Amino acid sequence: MKTLEELQAIRERMKAKVNNRGVADASDFRIVVGMATCGIAAGARNTLAALTAEVEEKHLDNVIVSQTGCIGICRFEPVVEVFEPGKEKVTYVHVDAERARQIVASHIMNGNPINEYTYSYAVKEN
Amino acid sequence: MTELALHILDIANNSTRANATEIKISVVADSREDLLTISVADNGCGMSEELLARVTDPFATTRTTRKVGLGIPLFKQAAESTGGALTITSKVGVGTTTTATFTLSHIDRVPMGDLTATMTTLIGGAPETDFVLHYEVDGRAYEFDTSPVREIMEGIPLSEPEVLGYIGEMIAENIENINGGIII
Repeated sequence: MKTLEELQAIRERMKAKVNNRGVADASDFRIVVGMATCGIAAGARNTLAALTAEVEEKHLDNVIVSQTGCIGICRFEPVVEVFEPGKEKVTYVHVDAERARQIVASHIMNGNPINEYTYSYAVKEN
Repeated sequence: MTELALHILDIANNSTRANATEIKISVVADSREDLLTISVADNGCGMSEELLARVTDPFATTRTTRKVGLGIPLFKQAAESTGGALTITSKVGVGTTTTATFTLSHIDRVPMGDLTATMTTLIGGAPETDFVLHYEVDGRAYEFDTSPVREIMEGIPLSEPEVLGYIGEMIAENIENINGGIII
């Protein structure tokens, strides 16, 4: 059974880690998941979990995953926005867990946004 | 919504947006009474009587990005389709409590789903907010509270993946234990 005592050990590990990482720097990516009713109903909780797990697993310390409300394009949910300093925001649509992992691998880790999953592509196609 | 846990996530997000510093989620299943009661209570900004009166109307929302607010109406529908009901009490400056009841064994009752994922999503999204989860099945109860965890972590945000992962495992284990093999 997990106990609160074990958390103390985690705390000590985390303290070292947080100190090493310091404050977020300018190269940081920010990944934002729309978590309003529309997003949640479309599966955004799983999308967020997949993104968080992937960022953790790949040790992407320069990436922040966060939640936001309704982005205003409900029929394209789950919607994920990727912010990178000095670049235009990329809005991804219908992002399930699988797409989320692909976005991390291609866009975040290799600098290649996946055009087919973007809002602008989806709007052009429909 | 395919899970009651997703409704809970959605309703508790309203509390976060209402600037609540404490959000109490309660899930109580009673098989003898054939009743499932879910409530989300917050100490957020609360609602005026006028807003409270029309909040179950899908065309009422405080948002500006769109003209519909479906969170509460959907939760209400999920409750009513099992013979249950949704009630909201709210007071400006005090907070809001949303309570939904369900007939536990009703064929149209949506399964609970992943309550643990809902809790970690909530805590990750609002790491400064105190969350309490009261989970009870036929008198067996478990209570999770972020306050002691926060105290132990000494300033390390609860949204840190490793901390959140541990919280998730702890909640999941306890829920499973309370369930005792039953799937709510």
